[in-house]
Amino acid sequence: MSIKKLALLGVVALVMAGCSSVNLDNPPVDDRSTGGAAAGGDSAVAKTTAAAPVDDGKSSQAAIANVARLVYFDYDSYVIKPEFQALIDANARNIKADPKRKVVIEGHTDERGGREYNLALGQRRAEAVRRALALLGVSDSQVEAVSFGKEKPAVQGSDEAAWSKNRRAEISYR
Amino acid sequence: MLKRLLLSLLAALAVVPAYAQFRVEVSGVGLTQLPVGLATFRGEEAAPQKISAIVQADLERSGQFRPVTAKTGALDENSKPDLVPWRQNGADSLVVGSIARLADGRYDVRFRLWDVVAGKDLGGQSYAITQADLRLAAHRIADFIYEKLTGDKGIFSTRIAYVTKSDQRYALWVADADGEGAQPALTSPEPIISPSWSPDGRQLAYVSFESRKPVVYVHDVASGRRRLVANFRGSNSAPGWSPDGRTLAVTLSRDGGSQLYTLDVTTPGSEPRRLTQSSSIDTEPTYSHDGQFIYFVSDRGGSPQIYRMPAAGGMPERVTFTGTYNISPALSVDGRWMAYISRVNGAFILHVMELASGNVTALTETTADENPSFAPNSRLILYATKQQDREALMTTTLDGKIKAKLTGQGGDIREPDWGPFQRQVK
Repeated sequence: MSIKKLALLGVVALVMAGCSSVNLDNPPVDDRSTGGAAAGGDSAVAKTTAAAPVDDGKSSQAAIANVARLVYFDYDSYVIKPEFQALIDANARNIKADPKRKVVIEGHTDERGGREYNLALGQRRAEAVRRALALLGVSDSQVEAVSFGKEKPAVQGSDEAAWSKNRRAEISYR
Repeated sequence: MLKRLLLSLLAALAVVPAYAQFRVEVSGVGLTQLPVGLATFRGEEAAPQKISAIVQADLERSGQFRPVTAKTGALDENSKPDLVPWRQNGADSLVVGSIARLADGRYDVRFRLWDVVAGKDLGGQSYAITQADLRLAAHRIADFIYEKLTGDKGIFSTRIAYVTKSDQRYALWVADADGEGAQPALTSPEPIISPSWSPDGRQLAYVSFESRKPVVYVHDVASGRRRLVANFRGSNSAPGWSPDGRTLAVTLSRDGGSQLYTLDVTTPGSEPRRLTQSSSIDTEPTYSHDGQFIYFVSDRGGSPQIYRMPAAGGMPERVTFTGTYNISPALSVDGRWMAYISRVNGAFILHVMELASGNVTALTETTADENPSFAPNSRLILYATKQQDREALMTTTLDGKIKAKLTGQGGDIREPDWGPFQRQVK
């Protein structure tokens, strides 16, 4: 263990003294036993994202970059509007082009209402996109639908202009 | 050098004291408020905490007391005080006491409660405690007075949990019921929502987005040790404890939509049991305190409404019938009340329903109320709201007449949950 790492641990110990606090900015060597999502904070995620293109051909990378990945919804609704069908089609083609590719569909809501109900509503939106992709032959094993509810607004603000940008499902290539 | 600077900076940060504090904002007058006199405790001027002021704020926040003052100077617990000025000012009872530093550095806090009308000694207590526990001693004094004068158990020495957000930093805090003495349990660059106290007050279940999706942790408050209890495909959220602390009801989307499941938290890695089978949203499972029912939110009727079902599973029955958006049920420990959020003309307003009669009362005039929970004596509701575009935590009496605000400093404050009665330390 390097001196720097030791010093860091010392700092963590100091900060945590007396309050038994867990700080996820200094992710500890973790024991997460249950499988599933990547462990750790931003850094782990960033690494995964950065590593992904290594496996991909250049052409499919370009295809992903050129395709819109945001589906917007009406208030309290999880119906995919017809104008987003072309976007769904294009993403379905990209995902099917590489069976190793994984995507996460992240559902979001605007800020109005409870956090947990919005989490469920965002999940509905994500599932609607997942189903639309499945109808086009995308394998369920390549797609995970999750929700951030109202926790991650794309735009700050408390008017319809902001809200309409926040009611969305984002197709995120991992 | 830089490293050393950073080190001392961090060390300094770690000892920053109380993060937030309550300000009692009485927005109405309760019908039966007991007038209680609080004299300055002898020795209080030199003490690090103003015990009598903390006791007074506690009693006021409950909505059941009206503070009475009299110009008598400090009064201690040793001799019978002159009750005449207090009687003249309308006090029915009087709290006197003292605080003194002991040779070993601890503090000796004593108090006595007097019935001003009958001139009778109603008892008192003493505590030999460290400086860090002075506030707790004050809360225990308030609990003693509250119980003596109302017959109900006081909740001032209980704890609450809440989440703050500032500059894209999230923190889960455990604080005294007055919001003081906050200690961070978890800090994270990603959102934390839905903290829920275990019935024994030792653990918090919550939803963390630290792995870029919602997963459920159970966190031991004293040790800081935590374990991942729900990390299935899709979203994992809305933990609610069974009254025996053995089962956690959660919302999982592993089989498609958001559905209710139960997890045996006594057996790590045990398979969740599915409770609902619907094609609609089912979420926010909340056990009644007798363990008989799970209340939850479902849009199976076309709009989100509160339902309940037998805790072991079975036919749901609808509980809310007015309006098109009723969410976030919280049940009182005495089984009489359900607090929830209802959308009325586009505003999200805290309501309370008397379960036996179905009678409903709107408790606030704010527009973004969220996430209510009851004090363990069923007399106050803690909830989140927005005031002047800032997030705030409030307590309210069940008639909505006395409210107190927990003012957060620098950042938004949200997702409160009121913990259970503490085990007695002594």
